[in-house]
Amino acid sequence: MRVEIDNLWKRYRGTAALRGVSMDFEPGCVTGVLGENGSGKSTLFRIVAGVTHASDGSVRIDGQPVGSETRGKAAYLPETDSFYSWMSVEEQLEFLSVFYGGWDVAKSRELLDFMRLTPGDKIGELSQGQRARLKIVAAFSWPSGLVVMDEPFNGIDPPSRRRILEVLMQEYRVDSQSILVSTHMVDEVEGLVEHVVYLREGQVAISGRADDLRQEKGGSLADIFEEVVL
Amino acid sequence: MPVEFDPTRPIYLQIMEAVKKSAVRGTHRPGVQLPSVRDMATTMGVNPNTMARAYQELEREGFIETRRGEGSYVTGEPGRIDDERKRLAEAAVQQFSEQIRDLGLTRSQTRSLLERIDEEAERS
Repeated sequence: MRVEIDNLWKRYRGTAALRGVSMDFEPGCVTGVLGENGSGKSTLFRIVAGVTHASDGSVRIDGQPVGSETRGKAAYLPETDSFYSWMSVEEQLEFLSVFYGGWDVAKSRELLDFMRLTPGDKIGELSQGQRARLKIVAAFSWPSGLVVMDEPFNGIDPPSRRRILEVLMQEYRVDSQSILVSTHMVDEVEGLVEHVVYLREGQVAISGRADDLRQEKGGSLADIFEEVVL
Repeated sequence: MPVEFDPTRPIYLQIMEAVKKSAVRGTHRPGVQLPSVRDMATTMGVNPNTMARAYQELEREGFIETRRGEGSYVTGEPGRIDDERKRLAEAAVQQFSEQIRDLGLTRSQTRSLLERIDEEAERS
């Protein structure tokens, strides 16, 4: 899905989290939105996912303004999940499958297995890394055209991070799916993201194709992060 | 296992170099089929689109051929691979001689060093 963002503002009392952000996300690409905590990443993703409104500007998904229509097409993974701690892993996935049309039960089982999660385990007893892995299982068990992941690696153990990255690269559908991933752990996503947008204080500091920026700046995405964001 | 890339250089260029080197070393013989973009991306731990770009550039350079619906193959022209071997070897020699010059070694010192390297290679 194509995501077009035009002059987006989000104002809270007295402050602005987003200050005129414009960007285009090409369909079939993994785009990294990179910035420090408080740079506006989460606000941007919440607006794209349709869970909060912009103060100004527009977001269009495949030409349609964000709203109830587009909300059902995007898989949104907030930084803090909203799983029910009293459910088992299996029950939670069944519960989600009711809301998402086209849920793929076989895929869901395959991913659970790969993520080394036990269907009978209680959500409340999972580690942070296991919950993060479960979020990814949920996101890729139904064929959405847009996956929006806010800080999927924050506070996660390295083996979980590697599994998450592997699933992302295996499962994402190059021809139709767009993935937006925000992170401040830039070195984790060097191999994953093709496009990057660096956010600083609610504005786009620099954006482009990852390999082109490496060539242009003679450094890694993490080096560029230090240069333009910090 | 994912291959270690140098994140300070474009990844698609490093993939191109890796494919060329494997052909030069003979791991991938002329005309042999390469893994699909997807499989190669998973093995190397890079985004499939980055892998696709590397394949496209290799094709543009005539190093690989892609047959619709069949897959990608290393060029069937051994001459093309020989050219690449020569180019890589020249680059290595260039780098070597620059480093030797930086160290201020005399010609005879360099020659005896090369002879020793040669003997060691012979033994192993």
